[in-house]
Amino acid sequence: MNRNPRAKTLWGITDIIVIIVALVPVLWLASLSFKDPGTIADGSFLPHKWTLDNYRGIFQTSLFTRALVNSIGIALIATALAVVVGSMAAYAVARLRFPGKGLLIGAALLIAMFPPISLVSPLFNLWRQLGLFDTWPGLIIPYLTFSLPLTIYTLSAFFREIPWDLERAAKVDGATPIQAFLRVIAPLAAPGMVTTAILVFIFCWNDFVFAISLTSTLNSRTVPAAIAFFTGASQFQTPIGSIAAAGVVITIPIVIFVFIFQRRIVAGLTSGAVKG
Amino acid sequence: MSTHSGATGVAQAPPQAQQRAGRRAKAPLSEGARAERRLGWLLCAPAVIVMLAVTAYPIGYAIWLSLQRYDLRFPADRHFIGLTNYATVLTSSLWWTAFGVTLFITVVSVAVELVLGMGLAMMMRWALVGRAALRTAILVPYGIVTVVAAYSWQYAWTPGTGYLANLLPSGNAPLTQQWPAIFIIIGAEIWKTTPFMALLLLAGLALVPEELLKAAKVDGASAWQRFTQVMLPLMKPAILVALLFRTLDAFRIFDNIFILTAGANNTRSVSILGYDNLFTALNLGIGSAISVLIFVAVAIIAFVFVKGFGTAAPGQEVERR
Repeated sequence: MNRNPRAKTLWGITDIIVIIVALVPVLWLASLSFKDPGTIADGSFLPHKWTLDNYRGIFQTSLFTRALVNSIGIALIATALAVVVGSMAAYAVARLRFPGKGLLIGAALLIAMFPPISLVSPLFNLWRQLGLFDTWPGLIIPYLTFSLPLTIYTLSAFFREIPWDLERAAKVDGATPIQAFLRVIAPLAAPGMVTTAILVFIFCWNDFVFAISLTSTLNSRTVPAAIAFFTGASQFQTPIGSIAAAGVVITIPIVIFVFIFQRRIVAGLTSGAVKG
Repeated sequence: MSTHSGATGVAQAPPQAQQRAGRRAKAPLSEGARAERRLGWLLCAPAVIVMLAVTAYPIGYAIWLSLQRYDLRFPADRHFIGLTNYATVLTSSLWWTAFGVTLFITVVSVAVELVLGMGLAMMMRWALVGRAALRTAILVPYGIVTVVAAYSWQYAWTPGTGYLANLLPSGNAPLTQQWPAIFIIIGAEIWKTTPFMALLLLAGLALVPEELLKAAKVDGASAWQRFTQVMLPLMKPAILVALLFRTLDAFRIFDNIFILTAGANNTRSVSILGYDNLFTALNLGIGSAISVLIFVAVAIIAFVFVKGFGTAAPGQEVERR
């Protein structure tokens, strides 16, 4: 590798191009969200007249605030369940010997490939009969299912890396099994579980197919689905500003995750999917 | 412990471990092994139950529904009609148009993503400056909600409102014409998912030892030769996994089209078509038949990858250590 300044400049320029391409659509949406309704359709990339009205508007309608509560609640519950259920299976896959392990891994892979739209018609009908249509569990259940393969792969890859002998060593040193687990294994497993939780949360937060098919009211409609039904906070406002503002609001947690956990997210995405 | 891999893996076990495993197979299960078995099943049970209950059962139910005339506008007129729904779908030009559009989007976007993703992966490994910034920046498209990104593209291409549409000669509304709209959909898809492809390829690139590339260079291999003769063969498993995942994902495309065009002007994908039949036409029978056909198409794609190209499924890997 040559390290001359020209190579550095070239790399730098390429970097900047990639970063611009990656961020421009997000900045464009942010710009729209700050545009005044009168100038929103002026085609300029930056707002000429800045305003917070779009944000005020969406936070005054229950259409958005309820959807935000639904999104947060459903994604958090589904993530917690997926991490608990997935950890159990991943521990077994990584540490125990039992027949049927290959089958479990194969089944998880099949589900990772499953087209969600194929489940929409049967679940729509089943959920109506079971009273799960348009409820939180009605979305949490499919999210849990579709995040389990990811959870099992990622966590079992992490669990394999844990030096489990430490647990035995701690017990030899007089720790009780619970102490050994809490003091030695849990801290080692925590980073992998946090990573997995972030990936699952992003998945649930992102879903649209189930969110528009299995909900019908504010009871359980999440933000991505609610946005698609925005008509504008008032009749004098185009929905563009509201949609842009709502989009920015639900992008904020993602950007925060990316900035804090970028290393972990990269490790998690690659650990389960590619052989080492 | 770590030398055992599932039923499918080929364990690269050290010889003495293989002997151990061989002896165990002959001897009756010890109490400890039996307890381990039970614990393994017990720990996996919740995951297995949830996964089966929410996929296997509904897909069976979808097959059952697809064999009936079941229109929610005429619920009383529900009866068994065999394969008629499939005949209706498969003889309809709507289905074949949607199928063609879906395949086109899938092939073009995955091909472009592979090239761009490879470039990005190399940048993330070898760039002299800004690797961390690069990684952070590309995770934004990966993490952002697809619907939100789709709105950003939609407004960008809306005449008058958008910075991109205003670059076109006036009077153009690209989202209202079939091919321009399809290319915008492909662009949105590529923007959103290239980072994922790049990260999977980066993991594959990590398997290429630096010394090997240096040795090839010393032996006089050109950059292109080093890429095709050294890197690509070593990365092949990672590339195939990335292609398999992205192909299946692209074939299920829904969110981008729903927001960008809602399927107007023949830009429907098969998933959009299924959704429309279910929620606009309220025809559960036809909608279910489309669901089952999409499922079959996805299964065929996966089968071709796994059997045809020998893509190793993740999780079937040799356990490390």
